[in-house]
Amino acid sequence: MSAHLPILQVLVPLLAAPLCATVRNGRAAWAVAVVASWTSLWIAIQLLALVLADGTISYELGGWAAPWGIEYRIDTVNAFVLLIVSMMAAVITPYALRSIERELEASSVALFYAAFMLCLTGLLGITATGDVFNVFVFLEISSLSAYALIAMGQDRKALTAAYQYLIMGSVGATFIVIGIGMMYVMTGTLNMADLSVLLPQVSSTRTIAVAFAFLTVGISLKLALFPLHLWLPNAYTYAPSTVTAFIASTATKVAVYMLLRFFFTVFGPAFSFDVMQLDRVLLPLALVAIFSMSLVAIFQTNIKRMMAYSSVAQIGYMILGISMASVTGLTAGILHMFNHAMMKGALFMALGCVMYRIGSVHIDSMRGLGKRMPWTMAAFVIGGLSLIGIPLTVGFVSKWYLIQGALEKGWWPVAVLVLLTSLMAVLYIGRVVEAAYFHDFPGDDEHDLGEAPLAMLVPTWALILANLYFGIDASLTSGVAGSAARSLLGLGP
Amino acid sequence: MGIELLRHPFVIFLVGALLVAVTRGNLRKALLLLTPVIGGINILGLEAGTTVEFAFLDYTLIPLRVDRLSLLFGYLFHLAALIGNIFALHLRDEDNARVQHTAALLYAGSALGAVFAGDMITLFVFWELLALTSVFLIWARKTERSIKAGFRYLVIHVLSGVILLAGTLLRAHQVGSLEFGDIGLDGSLAGWLILLAFGIKAAFPLLHNWLTDAYPEGTATGTVFLSAFTTKVAVYALARSYAGTEILIYVGAVMTCFPIFYAVIENDLRRVLGYSMINQIGFMVCGIGIGTALAVNGAVAHAFSDVIFKGLLFMCMGSVLHMTGRMNGSDLGGLYKSMPITTVLCIVGAASISAFPLFSGFVSKSMVMAAVLQEGHVWVWPALLFASAGVFHHAGIKIPYFTFFAHDAGIRTTEPPGNMLVAMFIGAGLCITIGSRPSLLYGILPYVTDYTPYDVTHVLTQTQLLWFGALAFIGLQKTGIYPPELRSVNIDAEWTYRWMAPRLVRGIGGAVARVDSAVRGAVIGTVQRVMHSATRSHGPHGILARTWPTGSMVLWVAVLLAAYLVFYF
Repeated sequence: MSAHLPILQVLVPLLAAPLCATVRNGRAAWAVAVVASWTSLWIAIQLLALVLADGTISYELGGWAAPWGIEYRIDTVNAFVLLIVSMMAAVITPYALRSIERELEASSVALFYAAFMLCLTGLLGITATGDVFNVFVFLEISSLSAYALIAMGQDRKALTAAYQYLIMGSVGATFIVIGIGMMYVMTGTLNMADLSVLLPQVSSTRTIAVAFAFLTVGISLKLALFPLHLWLPNAYTYAPSTVTAFIASTATKVAVYMLLRFFFTVFGPAFSFDVMQLDRVLLPLALVAIFSMSLVAIFQTNIKRMMAYSSVAQIGYMILGISMASVTGLTAGILHMFNHAMMKGALFMALGCVMYRIGSVHIDSMRGLGKRMPWTMAAFVIGGLSLIGIPLTVGFVSKWYLIQGALEKGWWPVAVLVLLTSLMAVLYIGRVVEAAYFHDFPGDDEHDLGEAPLAMLVPTWALILANLYFGIDASLTSGVAGSAARSLLGLGP
Repeated sequence: MGIELLRHPFVIFLVGALLVAVTRGNLRKALLLLTPVIGGINILGLEAGTTVEFAFLDYTLIPLRVDRLSLLFGYLFHLAALIGNIFALHLRDEDNARVQHTAALLYAGSALGAVFAGDMITLFVFWELLALTSVFLIWARKTERSIKAGFRYLVIHVLSGVILLAGTLLRAHQVGSLEFGDIGLDGSLAGWLILLAFGIKAAFPLLHNWLTDAYPEGTATGTVFLSAFTTKVAVYALARSYAGTEILIYVGAVMTCFPIFYAVIENDLRRVLGYSMINQIGFMVCGIGIGTALAVNGAVAHAFSDVIFKGLLFMCMGSVLHMTGRMNGSDLGGLYKSMPITTVLCIVGAASISAFPLFSGFVSKSMVMAAVLQEGHVWVWPALLFASAGVFHHAGIKIPYFTFFAHDAGIRTTEPPGNMLVAMFIGAGLCITIGSRPSLLYGILPYVTDYTPYDVTHVLTQTQLLWFGALAFIGLQKTGIYPPELRSVNIDAEWTYRWMAPRLVRGIGGAVARVDSAVRGAVIGTVQRVMHSATRSHGPHGILARTWPTGSMVLWVAVLLAAYLVFYF
C-alpha cells in the first residue's frame, strides 16, 4: 500500500471527480469531496513522514523504468507542497458546503465539486510528478477546472474574469510546453532527473536559452509575477468565496513550486543563476510587486480585490526569497508558501463568511460588522495580523527569514522595503478594522444578521489557530523548508 | 519551564483579565483587587537571577528574567495596578466598565511582561501589546475626540514597535544575539533605531506629542493607568540598554525645560499634567545618560516616586472630572469648599512633585541633581534647577490653585466615591512614607547606595527654591504687581497668566513651537505630495489598479518574453 502512495495521492481526487459528477446530489457530492480531500491529506502526511525518514521516493508508473516511463518523484520540496495543497483542500471542503449552497444554484453544486476535485488532482499532479510533460498535462487539468470554478461566480463579471484567465493561462501553458518541447528536442528526454544530467552538455546552445526564456515567462504568468498578474485580481474577486480561498492558497504556490523545480532541479542553480542570471530578472520584479501591489491594495474598496492585490505582493515575497538563491532566502520563500497559504486561506474564508451573511464584501457594507459577526471579524483581524507579520503568527516567521536572508546578502534597502511594506499591510488591514469596529452598522437593526454558520466558522478558525500554532512553534515548518532549500541547492538534506 | 512560566507576572494578569472579562458585579470587583495582590505575592517570592529560556528559530528567547532592576519596576507596576484598580472600582456598565477593566489589567500585565523580558523579541511583543491594550482606555471615553486621539496614539506606538523590530533584526544579524541588555550607541544603525523606538515611548522632545495629545482624552480612571506604565517601561528600557549614553543627558535636560513653556499656556489641567510628566521623565533620562550608580539609582527611584505622585495628581484630576465633568482651569475654582479631602490629597501630590523635603519627589530627584553636580555637568545643573522651579509653578501651584482655590466657579458638588478616596489616600500615604523614610525605597534600588538626601545642602537648596517661589506667589497675591527680579519663578496669578505669559512665555514657547511646527509641516507636506502621486497611479482608477483588456495583458507577455530573450542572448 505505502509503496503506491505517490500515485494514490493523485488518483484519489481524480476518481472522486467523476463520482461527484455522477451522483448529481449536491450533498452526496460534497461528502465524496470531503472524503477524497481528507484521504489526500492523510496520504500527503504519510509521504512527508516517509521522505523525512528515508529520503527521496521514486515511483514508476505502470512499472516502466524511469527515463522512458513516467516517474513520480517525491522529495522534501514537493512533499511539503503536497501537504500545503491537500491541507488547504481538507480545510476548505467542509467549509464549502454552506458557502456553495448559498452562492451557487442547486443544479450546479455537484458539478462544482467535480471541478473542484479535478482542480485538486491537477495541482497535486503537477507537484508529484517527475516528468516535465506530465507537468504540462496536470497544469492543463488544474487550469481548465479552475476556469470553470471561477466562471461559477454570482457576478456576471465572473465570466469575463474567467475568460481572461483562460486566455492568459493558456498563453502561459503554451509557453511552458514550447519550453519543454525545445528541451526535448535538444536532449530527447522528458524525465526531470534525466534532463538535469543531459542539459549541461547542451546548455550553451541558443535553443536552451530560448527554452529558458519561454519557461520563465510561462511560469511567471502562472504564478502572477508582476506585471503578468493582470488576470489575477478579477479572477479572485468574482470567483465564489470557496474557490477564491482555495485557488489563492494553492494555485500560485504550485506555480512557485514549478519555478523551483524547473530552475533548481532541471536547469540547476548554477546554470539558472550564474549563467542565465535569473535573479536579475526576478529580483526587480519581485520588489516592484511587493511595493506597488501593497500600495494598490490600500486603495481598494472591495475587500476580496484588496486581498487579491495583497496576494500579488505576497508572491513577490516568495520570489524575493527565491531570487536570493541562498539557503536562508530559499527557506524564506518555501516557508512563505506554506505560511501565506494559511494566512490568505483564512482571510478569504473569513470574507466568505461575510459574503454568506451580507452578500457583499465592499468596505462600506462591512461597517459595524465587529459587533454583528464577532467571530468572523476576529478571525479576519488575526489573519490580518499574520499578513502584517506580528510575532506569534506565521507571518512573522516568514519575514524574519526573509530579512535575515537579505541582510546576509547585504541587501539593506531590500530589508528596509520588506519592513516598510509590512506597514503598508497595516494600512489596508487597518481600513477594514476601522470600518468593522469603529463605524455603526448602516442598515436597520431589525434585520436579522447573526454569525456565519458553524460549518464555516470552524474551518476558518482551525486555520487561524494554525496561523498562531506555526507562528509560535515554527520548528516543523522551518525545518522542512530549510532541508528543502538545501536539497534544491544541492547541498544535501 | 512550564511551572516557572506560570509564575510569570504577565500570566497572572492575563488570567485575571480573562476572568474579569466574563464576570460582573462584586465578583468582578474582587477579581480586580485580587489580581494585583496575588501578582504581588508572587513577585515577592521571585528571586533575582531566575530566568526561563527556550529556543526559537536559531535564537534563545528569555520570557522571564528576574534581577534587581526588573524587580523594582515589577513592585512598582503591581502597586500602580492595585491603586488604579481601586480608583476604577466604581465604574458601571455605561462607562464601558468591562472593556476598561479588562484593558487595564492586560495593559498592566503587558508592562510587567516588558519589564521581565530578557530578549528583544519578547520585549517587542509586549511593546506592541502595551499600545494595543492601552488604547482602549482612551477609546472607552467614546467621544469623537478620544477616538481620533486614540488612533493617532496607536499609529505612533505601533510605529515605535516596528522601529524596535527593525533595530532588533539588525542587531541580531550583527551580534548574533537577541539579548535585551546593554546596547549603547556604538555608531551602528541598530543602536540608533532601538534608541529611537525607546525615545518615542519615553516622549523625547519632538517625539512627545502623542502623550499630550492622547492622555487628556482618556477616561477619568483610564488616564491614571496610562500615566503609570507606558513611559516608565521606556525609562526602564533606557536604563537597561543605554545607561551612560552621553547624548541622553542633554536630551533629558531639554525634556525637563521645554514642557514648562507649554504647561504655562495650557488650560486643560490633565494636559498640564501631561507636560509635567515629560518634564519629570527628563530628570530620569538625564540620570540614565550620566550612567553612574548614583545617577541610575536616582533615575529609577524617580520613576518609582513619579508613578505614585503623578498617579495621585491624575487621580485628583480624575475625581474632579468625574464629579464636575470639567477639566479646564478657567472653568474650575473654589472646589475646596465642597471637596476638602481631595484638596488636601492633591496638595500632598503637588508637594511631592515639587520635591518638598519630607515628600517623595525630594528623595529621588535630589539623587539625580547630586549626580549631575558630581559628574561636573555645570550647564545641565542650572537647567534642571530651572525645571524644578517650573514644576513647582505649573504642577505644584497651578494645578491645586486653579482647581480648588482661585475664583469660585460656583460649582457645588461632593467628595468623590469612597473607592476613589481610598486609592488617593494610598497614593498620598506612599508619597509621605517614601519622603520621610527614603531607606524603604533605597533598599530596593539596583545599586547598593549609602546616599542620604537629608543633608544641609540639599535641604537648603530645595527649600530656598521653594520658599522664594511661595514668597513671590504670596507677594503677588497681595500687591498684584509682577516682580521682575523673580522671573524664573513665573508665578501664576490670574493677571500674569493673561498678560505676562503672552509676552514672556509665548516669546520663547512660540519660538519652540514654530520650529516644531515647521519641521512637522515639512514632513507632512512631503508625505501628502507622495500620497497624491501614489493615488494617481495606484488609486482605484490608477493605471496599476485598472482592469486591463485581454489584448494588453497578452501584449505584456510578449514584451516580457522579448525582454527576456534580449537579456539572455
